[in-house]
Amino acid sequence: MSSFWSAWIIVLTLGTLIALMILLRWNMKNFTDVEEGESMGHSFDGIEELNNPLPKWWTILFWLCFIWGFFYLALYPGLGNFKGLIGWQSSNQDVRSLEESRLAVEQAREQGLNVRYDRERRRAEEVYGPIFQQYAQMSITEISQTPEALQIGQRLFLQNCAQCHGSDARGSRGFPNLTDGIFSWGGEPEHIYATLMTGRNAQMPAQLDALGEQGIEEVTEYVLSLSGRAVDRDLARAGEQKFAVCAACHGQDGKGNIALGAPNLTDSAWLYGGSRNAIAETLRYGRNGVMPKWDEILGEDKVKILSGYVLSLSPES
Amino acid sequence: MSQTSSQPIDYNMKVVKQFTIMTIIWGIIGMSVGVLIAAQLVWPALNFDTPWLTYSRLRPLHTNAVIFAFGTSALFATAYYIVQRTCQTRLFSDKLAAFTFWGWQAVIVSAVITLPMGFTTTKEYAELEWPISILIAVVWIAFVIVFFGTLAIRRTSHIYVANWFYGGFIIAVAMLHIGNNLALPVSFMKSYSIYPGAIDAMMQWWYGHNAVGFLLTAGFLGMMYYFVPKQAERPVYSYRLSIVHFWALISIYIWAGPHHLHYTALPDWAQNVGMVMSVILFVPSWGGMINGIMTLSGAWHKLRTDPILRFLIVSLSFYGMSTFEGPMMAIKSVNALSHYTDWTIGHVHSGALGWVAMISIGAMYHLVPVLFERERMYSIKLINTHFWLHTIGVVLYIVAMWISGVTQGLMWRAVNQDGTLTYSFIESIQASYPFYFVRFVGGLFIVAGMLLMAYNVYKTIRSEKLRENEGKFAPQTA
Repeated sequence: MSSFWSAWIIVLTLGTLIALMILLRWNMKNFTDVEEGESMGHSFDGIEELNNPLPKWWTILFWLCFIWGFFYLALYPGLGNFKGLIGWQSSNQDVRSLEESRLAVEQAREQGLNVRYDRERRRAEEVYGPIFQQYAQMSITEISQTPEALQIGQRLFLQNCAQCHGSDARGSRGFPNLTDGIFSWGGEPEHIYATLMTGRNAQMPAQLDALGEQGIEEVTEYVLSLSGRAVDRDLARAGEQKFAVCAACHGQDGKGNIALGAPNLTDSAWLYGGSRNAIAETLRYGRNGVMPKWDEILGEDKVKILSGYVLSLSPES
Repeated sequence: MSQTSSQPIDYNMKVVKQFTIMTIIWGIIGMSVGVLIAAQLVWPALNFDTPWLTYSRLRPLHTNAVIFAFGTSALFATAYYIVQRTCQTRLFSDKLAAFTFWGWQAVIVSAVITLPMGFTTTKEYAELEWPISILIAVVWIAFVIVFFGTLAIRRTSHIYVANWFYGGFIIAVAMLHIGNNLALPVSFMKSYSIYPGAIDAMMQWWYGHNAVGFLLTAGFLGMMYYFVPKQAERPVYSYRLSIVHFWALISIYIWAGPHHLHYTALPDWAQNVGMVMSVILFVPSWGGMINGIMTLSGAWHKLRTDPILRFLIVSLSFYGMSTFEGPMMAIKSVNALSHYTDWTIGHVHSGALGWVAMISIGAMYHLVPVLFERERMYSIKLINTHFWLHTIGVVLYIVAMWISGVTQGLMWRAVNQDGTLTYSFIESIQASYPFYFVRFVGGLFIVAGMLLMAYNVYKTIRSEKLRENEGKFAPQTA
C-alpha cells in the first residue's frame, strides 16, 4: 500500500489506543466536584448516578491489554507497511501468478524466511515423507495386498477422492464406480496410476446434428441391443448402419477403447445412466468427463499408494 | 438537575406500544423458525423437498427475524420510551415516528417474503436485496431524525447515559448499513456489491461484526442503563465507569471485524489489527457488565422475589461471559480451532439468547404494565416460569454447541501417524448429531417461554386498567 495509507492506518490505530489510555487515566481521578460514592446530582426519570471510582482490577486489566496490544503490534505486521520486528508473515503476498508464487516460495526458503505454510509443509515432508517412500518402493500390486498401505490409501481416498467417487467408492451418475472392476481408461496398475497422475478428459461428442432425432432413436436401440437388452429389431438394425461414427472410438464390436477412455457398451455399467432416455440424451448432447490430475497435489508416492488402494477395490484382486 | 414541570408530559406512547407488541410477535416467529431449522439439522427430511422450506433459505430468515424484527423492534420501543422519559419531552415528530414503525414492519414483511423465495445478496445479516435495503436506509434516517431531534428538544440539562448508547448505535448502524450495501442493481431483485474480492469480505465483516457490536450490544446497553436501575430502584453504580466504557466500547468495536477473516486472503496487518482490538475490547465490554451488576448493590435481595430483575441481571452475566469468550475466540490460535465450527454458533447464541433476548424480555415485562397503565403483569409466577424455561434453554443450547464445536475443530485437525487426516468431514457431522438434538430441545424451551410471555402480556392488556391519577405517566420528581 502507498505510504499515505500506511501512515493513515498507523495514526488511526495508535491514535485510538493512546486516546483511550488518556481517557482511562483521566477517569481514574475524581475530576468531578462530587465526592466519591456520592450521587452526581442528575436525575433522569428518577434514575441517579453515583460517582464511584473505576474498579481497580478492571483498570489494571485495561492497562495490561494496552501494553500487550503495543507489544503485539511491534512484533507482528499490523501497523500499515511496518512488517513487525520478527518478520513473521502468513503467506507470500503480492504475487500475481503461480510462477511468481513458486519463485517467491523458493526465494523465501533460501533466505530462511519465516513463512508459515512452507515451514509446515517442509516439516510434514520430513516427518511423513519416509512413511510414504517405504511403500512407494513396492509395486502397486504389492501395495494392493499390504494391509497397512491400504489403510493409508483408504484415508487418502476418503479425503481426496470420496467427494466424487463416494466414501464407498461406488461413484454416482457421471462419477465411475471403482469397485466393479470396470475401468474405461484401463484397470491395470499402470493404467490406474496414469489416470491419477495425469488426470483424464473424456469427450463424448454430441450427435444430434449428425444423426437427427430419428438417427438418435435408431442408434439408441442398437446400443441397447449390444448389452443384450430387448429392443425394437427394425430400429436397431437401422441404428447399426449408423454406428460407424461411434465405432471410431467404441470399436466395431462396441467394446470400447481404453486409450481413448471410450466405455465398453456391451456390459451393464453405464456412467451416465443406462435407461433408454439416458442413452439417447448422451447421444444427443454428448458428455464431458473430467478426472483431475493429482501429481502436483499428492505427489508420486501418495498416488502410488492410492493406485494400490483403488486396485484392491476391484473384485479380481 | 432535571426540571420537573407541574403538568404531566404528553408522551407519545402509541409508537412504543406498537413496537413492544411487535417485539413479542416477531420474537415468537423468529425463534420458531430457529427451532425449525435446528430440527432440520437433526432430521433433514423436515424440509419436505420444498425449496422455500430448505435450511439455506430459512436460516437467513431466522437471523433477519431475530436481529431485525425481534431485537430491533425492542430497540425502537425502548429507545423511543427512554429518550422521552429521560429527556422529559415528547418525541420530536409523531409522524416520522409512525413512519419508522410502519416502514420497519414493511422491511420485515419484505424479508419474510423474499428470503424464502431465494432472493439474497449472500452477505450475512445483509441478505436483503437492494430495494429493501434502500427502504431500510430511509427508515433508519427517519429514526436518526426522531431520536436526535428529541434529544435536541430535551428539557433536562444533561443527556442520560442510556441515550449515549442509543445515539451511538443509531449512527453507527446507519453508516454500516449504507457502507456495506452499496451495490449495482442489475434487475429488480438482483444486485452486485461494488467492492471487489477481499475488500468486499472486509466490508461485509466490518458491517457484520458491528451489527453485533452496535445493534446487538451498544443498543442493548442503552436498554440496560435504563431498565436495570429502574427495576432495581437503585442509582447507577459509576458515572465515570460509564464514560470510560462507552467511549472505549464504541471506538474499539468498529475495528473488530477482521477477526472473522483470520487465515484468509485478508492482508496480515488487517487480521492482526483486528485481533489486537478484539482482545482489548474485552475490558470495556466488562465495564458495562460491572456497571450494570454493581447497580444492584444494596438491592441483591430483590433478585429473590423479582423475576424481571433476574432476567436483567442474568442477561448481564451472559453478556460478561460472551464478551470474554469473543475476544478469546478472536485470538488467531484459538480461532484456528474454533472458526467454522459450531462453537461460533454457540458463542453467537450465548450473546443473542442470553444477553440480547433476556435483557429485552426483562425490559418488555417492565414496560408492558407501564404502557398499558396496569399495576403489574398479570402473573409474576409465569414470568418466573419463563425465566427458568429461557435460562435452561440457553444453557442447553450453548453447552451443546460448545461440545459440538470443539469436537468438530479437533476432528478436523486430527492427523494420523502418516500425516493424513484422521477423520473425513462426514464423520465430524455424525459426531455432532447428538448435540444438534440437544440444541433443538433448548430451542423448544425458549419458544415455550416466549409463548408464555405472549399469554401473560395478553392477559395483562385485557385486565382492568388503573384508575386515573394512578397512572405511571406522572413525571417522577428528582
